[in-house]
Amino acid sequence: MCAAPFYLKVQMSPILQINGLNKAFGAVTVADDLSFALQQGEALGVIGPNGAGKTTMFNLITGTLAPDKGAILFKGENVTKHSAARRCRAGMARSFQVPQPFSGMSVFENAMVAATQSSGLSGQVAEQLCLDVLDQTALLNKANTLAGSLTLLDRKRLELTRALCAKPKLLMLDEIAGGLTESECTSLIQTIKDIHASGVSIIWIEHVVHALLAVVDRLIVIDFGSKIAEGAPKEIMASPEVQEIYLGIEVDA
Amino acid sequence: MDWVNAVVQGTLLGGLYALFAAGLSLIFGVMRLVNIAHGDLIVLGAYLGLTVVMATGLHPLLALVFVVPTMAAIGYVLQRGILNKTLGDDILPPLLVTFGLSVILQNLFLEGYTADPQKMNAGALETASVSVGGLSLGVLPLLTFGIAIFVIASLQFIFYRTPLGRSFRAVSDNQEIAQLMGLNKRHIFGLAMALALAVTAIAGILLGIRTSFDPTAGGARLIYGFEAVIIGGLGNLWGTLVGGVILGVAQTVGAKIDPGWQLLAGHIAFLVVLAIRPNGLFPRVSG
Repeated sequence: MCAAPFYLKVQMSPILQINGLNKAFGAVTVADDLSFALQQGEALGVIGPNGAGKTTMFNLITGTLAPDKGAILFKGENVTKHSAARRCRAGMARSFQVPQPFSGMSVFENAMVAATQSSGLSGQVAEQLCLDVLDQTALLNKANTLAGSLTLLDRKRLELTRALCAKPKLLMLDEIAGGLTESECTSLIQTIKDIHASGVSIIWIEHVVHALLAVVDRLIVIDFGSKIAEGAPKEIMASPEVQEIYLGIEVDA
Repeated sequence: MDWVNAVVQGTLLGGLYALFAAGLSLIFGVMRLVNIAHGDLIVLGAYLGLTVVMATGLHPLLALVFVVPTMAAIGYVLQRGILNKTLGDDILPPLLVTFGLSVILQNLFLEGYTADPQKMNAGALETASVSVGGLSLGVLPLLTFGIAIFVIASLQFIFYRTPLGRSFRAVSDNQEIAQLMGLNKRHIFGLAMALALAVTAIAGILLGIRTSFDPTAGGARLIYGFEAVIIGGLGNLWGTLVGGVILGVAQTVGAKIDPGWQLLAGHIAFLVVLAIRPNGLFPRVSG
């Protein structure tokens, strides 16, 4: 009787497991045998050049896009065939790189949609959750503003607010720090750290690497839809392949 | 005084047109579905009312207790069973399918109720009137107008003050994101159609008390509904009431000039609004 292999021990309680995902649009492969696991409470960073398939990966995980092949396991359950709405109610939430608020509704109502629909809360409990989250994301003073009239920073905050009001177990952030000033970025990092500390598992796609490194436990690198590196953030960032592919620095420069 | 009377009677008639239009407006507002069968669904409400009245001997207005939930159930099943499958980027499939539904409904009416015009008997309510400042106002038209205001105020309340309305607006705003927030689009659309057909049931019964109807009566009601929605401005429920009133007044004033002008005057009023304000009088301000 030999001991269980190392990888089985590591993957004892993954909240999310991606097994061999494939997706192609015609001749363009956007996910190529993509596999990884996210442990309960872990924060995973995702980097890769533009067009590498990072956002597509989120679309596949949240269910707005169906994979050609492969499986997505969330909390041990195969959710590959589940609708986006069902996955959300099971505890997945994401923010969008290009903010997509319900522009005809107020900031508070945007939050309430998430709170009532995905968390299944109602009445004062839902309202209190929204107020708490809006306070946390510094949008409370704009609660009654029409979402369509917000500035970019506030729209990004609203993306985070809505995702948090869904009370996610898995939070997926898509380039949420892009376009922020240094001080805005610092406060955002703190907010995400707080969320992570409360036990929420996080996958974060980000080009602002210092923000990412301040939060994540592990890093994966994606290029042409496939995972080309995975490991501790510092080692990954220092590896020559990543520097070449991702940062554009030649190995033999 | 005759002219004042025409305007007042037209205003009250406009309440009925607003009820025709409210369901249409709601469906279009939530799911961008143009329901060609709407007029026939109004007539379906009237026939269901007639069936209940004949079977139980109830007063037609009391038949609402049965017809409203029945129509709502039909709406939910119709939406989830058929119409959801037609919705997508292409606007043609829902048009074709609801047009087909219209043909099917008309033939079912013909099969089930013959081609003879039918009418629901509401007894004394039909002829009762009150005298206001020298004008004689029918109780039924007054009641219809009151119901129209109540229905539109209720829809307004549901849309802007309840979780269900928030779901309607979220789905209408951005379907994909709404689903990522945990909203089941198909279910929400089903509920919207159920609500729309509940309103349609009220419109159908009031139609069936006011005037006789036959299997082909739906077409004209669809046109009135469309015209009221477009005059008032798409997506604006109170605007729909105003649109109905303008249409009703144009018809009665037209009839006053020459009886043959009744329908024409209504359509001309619609065309004039369309020419001057293509988005309607009170278009919804977009965010």
